Amino acid sequence: MEEKAKVQFRQSIVVRFSGDSGDGMQLAGNIFSNVSAGLGDRISTFPDYPAEVRAPQGSLGGVSGFQVHIGHGVHTPGDECDVLVAMNPAALKQNAQFLRKNGAAIVDIDTFTQSGLDKALYTTTEPYEELGMTAQVIEAPITTMVKEALKDTGMDLKAQMKCRNMFALGLVCWLFNRPMEAPLKFLKAKFADKPEVYAANELVIKGGYNYGHNIHATVSTYRIQSDDVRPGTYTDVTGNKATAWGLIKASEMSGRPLVLGSYPITPATDILHELAKRRDLGVKAIQMEDEIGGICSAIGAAFAGHLAVTTTSGPGLALKSEALGLAVMAELPLVLVDVQRGGPSTGLPTKTEQTDLQQALYGRSGESPLVVLAAASPTDCFKMAFQAARIAIEHMTPVILLTDAFIANGSSAWRIPEEGEYPVIKPNFVPEAVKATWTPFMRNALGIRYWAIPGTPGLEHVVGGLEKDYNTGILSNDPINHAHMVETRRMKIANIANVIPELNLKGDPTADTIILGWGSTYGHILDAVTRLNADGFKIAMTHLRYINPLPKNTAELLSRFKTVIVAELNTGQMASYLQSKIPNLNICHINKVQGQPFMVQEIVDGVKNIMMEEEL
Amino acid sequence: MEKNTNPQTHKPLDYKNNQPIRWCPGCGDHAVLNVLLKAMSALDIPPEKTAVISGIGCSSRLPYYTKTYAFHTIHGRGGAVATGFKTANPEMTVWQISGDGDCLAIGGNHFIHEVRRNIDVNLLLLNNRIYGLTKGQFSPTSARGFKSKSSPYGTTEDPFVPAELAFGARGTFFARSLDVELGISQEVMMAAANHKGCSVVEILQNCMIFNNGIHSYITERETRPDRTIHLVHGEKMIFGTDRNRGIVQDGFGLKAVTIGEDGYTMDDVLVHDAHCEKSFVHQMLAMMDGTDLPVAFGVIRDVEAPSYETAVAEQVEEAKALHGFTCLRDVVMSGDTWQVE
Repeated sequence: MEEKAKVQFRQSIVVRFSGDSGDGMQLAGNIFSNVSAGLGDRISTFPDYPAEVRAPQGSLGGVSGFQVHIGHGVHTPGDECDVLVAMNPAALKQNAQFLRKNGAAIVDIDTFTQSGLDKALYTTTEPYEELGMTAQVIEAPITTMVKEALKDTGMDLKAQMKCRNMFALGLVCWLFNRPMEAPLKFLKAKFADKPEVYAANELVIKGGYNYGHNIHATVSTYRIQSDDVRPGTYTDVTGNKATAWGLIKASEMSGRPLVLGSYPITPATDILHELAKRRDLGVKAIQMEDEIGGICSAIGAAFAGHLAVTTTSGPGLALKSEALGLAVMAELPLVLVDVQRGGPSTGLPTKTEQTDLQQALYGRSGESPLVVLAAASPTDCFKMAFQAARIAIEHMTPVILLTDAFIANGSSAWRIPEEGEYPVIKPNFVPEAVKATWTPFMRNALGIRYWAIPGTPGLEHVVGGLEKDYNTGILSNDPINHAHMVETRRMKIANIANVIPELNLKGDPTADTIILGWGSTYGHILDAVTRLNADGFKIAMTHLRYINPLPKNTAELLSRFKTVIVAELNTGQMASYLQSKIPNLNICHINKVQGQPFMVQEIVDGVKNIMMEEEL
Repeated sequence: MEKNTNPQTHKPLDYKNNQPIRWCPGCGDHAVLNVLLKAMSALDIPPEKTAVISGIGCSSRLPYYTKTYAFHTIHGRGGAVATGFKTANPEMTVWQISGDGDCLAIGGNHFIHEVRRNIDVNLLLLNNRIYGLTKGQFSPTSARGFKSKSSPYGTTEDPFVPAELAFGARGTFFARSLDVELGISQEVMMAAANHKGCSVVEILQNCMIFNNGIHSYITERETRPDRTIHLVHGEKMIFGTDRNRGIVQDGFGLKAVTIGEDGYTMDDVLVHDAHCEKSFVHQMLAMMDGTDLPVAFGVIRDVEAPSYETAVAEQVEEAKALHGFTCLRDVVMSGDTWQVE
């Protein structure tokens, strides 16, 4: 590699693979991130699927992307990419906006025919100029070279073309000093049953690598430094997989078998997929006939004494509202994972938003409090899914865990927890001492109902959606009793503030201004605050993962600051929630509702604007 | 199903709590509750191994009066809750109580899918062809033209026949009784409990207040023997006050004849086979409506098929044996990992 002309030393780099949805961009991106992770890089990825399953080939609607950020200090998939791989004119048109000004684009120049340009609705024959690109463009004849590499294999043209993604991957590996062994090992395992497919991919990926080698004189390349990370065993997880695993961990630590009742919905379905696989650990994942069936079967499993979970996205949460109310009323443990997407209605199914917050907090009939949590990153999904289950089981309440498309599909390197890192979860079973006098809504000192497990002699009982007497658990329409039960259910949730971590401060603690985010925006806000502090802007940061109840010190901590900037991917749902809870705050907003994550620069600019205005 | 080794140790009242019963006087639901308690006692499955799950409606109040693990859920969703409950714990015997509105209108989707899935639930469908709890609107089983508070000029839609839905969903068990036919009700409830899979039991039930006499065409003492038939597996299909009428095959259909008339003899009368895999004759029997052919009571269809919760449990054991994982860590470590020193 010594012969490489220019080597840029960068802490981290962002590569975006883009092409037709059939071009295998997700696979190429995945292999590249796995290979990088294996070399000790921190990684963060962001798949960007087209909304249509199979849009016409070469059309703008059919473009699929996969962005991977590798290196040191990586918290997000990155705002802009350093290298953009575009397998056709449509992919270039859709993704050129994400390419850094002095970055590099790799295009398959064979696809830039008049017909290719027409399909992508270019109006001129000069695509780079039309897109206003200033970046370097590597015009690689990928299609031609793939055909050439595979000409002796006897493969038909269609099969040959499926290998184009590996040519691009080989080229990217060359650019970033990735040795060929790791991707080849990955491909060998993937195509273990199809040695001829492996052989073809090997020829092509090496062809791409060698092509990069041969044109090195004209390419700027980067070297990526590894991050310092805690010792341990690591693997790569997506947020959805981490969520599934966190729930399994909670099942192990509580001794309550895991039942998932679910219905497929983008972008939550991968949790169902993972838990369906885990029948090998005793998990019973059942795909029901609809969203309501999903949550109701879970509630049935909760009544049976199991760790019960249902997974969905925004429209599904709406359908589950009535059943959530039943879980509130029957005081049964239940975890509902809402992987948020763009809304309302069908909205932007594959895109990310934080627009379900108020639905999660308030979207039920009656006075219906429950716990709302939010995960901050793909790996945090594990921890927060575990916490959601722990709170549900120990406090006999439904818990909504909010994640979103961004962290659900994105991945990060995850240190696999060692034994003892996660606490034992203690279900609130009916204690022996009270069995003789037990009634179904008898509570412990914290106001938490006991959990009587069906099959236990002597604890037969009725629960249901009707209001019941505080003392006897028998149906009651008594007005004073109802008010007392409403308050009891409210206090049960409020008391959970005593068992969740307090909010902590990052950034400049002497600042007058603090920026607050929640859920998946953590990485972007942290990067923005780091940049702002480095530029001399005095700003602190705090991040909410426990939303209802709020951490105990929330009001005290936020009240220390003259200005609280709430940054969120909606029009101000958290801001108005906080304002209602802590009226004296001076809240300013940074909002984005485009179906896309924040860009760090947007937050930096937003903070600067607010700070200037506030000073006036 | 787990049976108590010491037979008849549980009396009907062992399955009943002391809550005041709030159904109207004369409501058919009283009889259903009493028969169910008797059936539970006769089955002798302990109360702690018994669950009663319902949706919303008059009949769905039934769980409140039992001393079992009972759950009064939300409108139409009893079947979905029961599915999750039974899948989680296949050791429990699960009764689902539903009505024509709960089961066939708001809960219609769950109903057809629980029948299709063949979850081992004993589903009592109390059919009074009216909404009682909301005070008298037509239901999905009300006849076309039926006048009610929400159809003052008569309905403009055709009703469901519950059996037809159950067969359409490939049901493995269908039985029918009448609220006042206590013996047949207990017989079909016990058969439902002994059937492994989703057992649909339709009980024609009278609502004194909003739909009194809706089944009177077949329930009047004088006409009941001629307008209904009690089907028993392995027995001739005979009915009538004088026990001289029978069901015979008539081309591709069925016909009611008088034995000894028109050349029909006892040999022509069909023998009921509830266990026949093919459902064609079962469907014809279930669709008999009391006009040309008598309404069928008793167990009409009872065939074996894999039950859902058993298949899930078996698959869990197979998957465990296949991969040999003991905990999450085994699964995670079996994937791509790397060490950081």
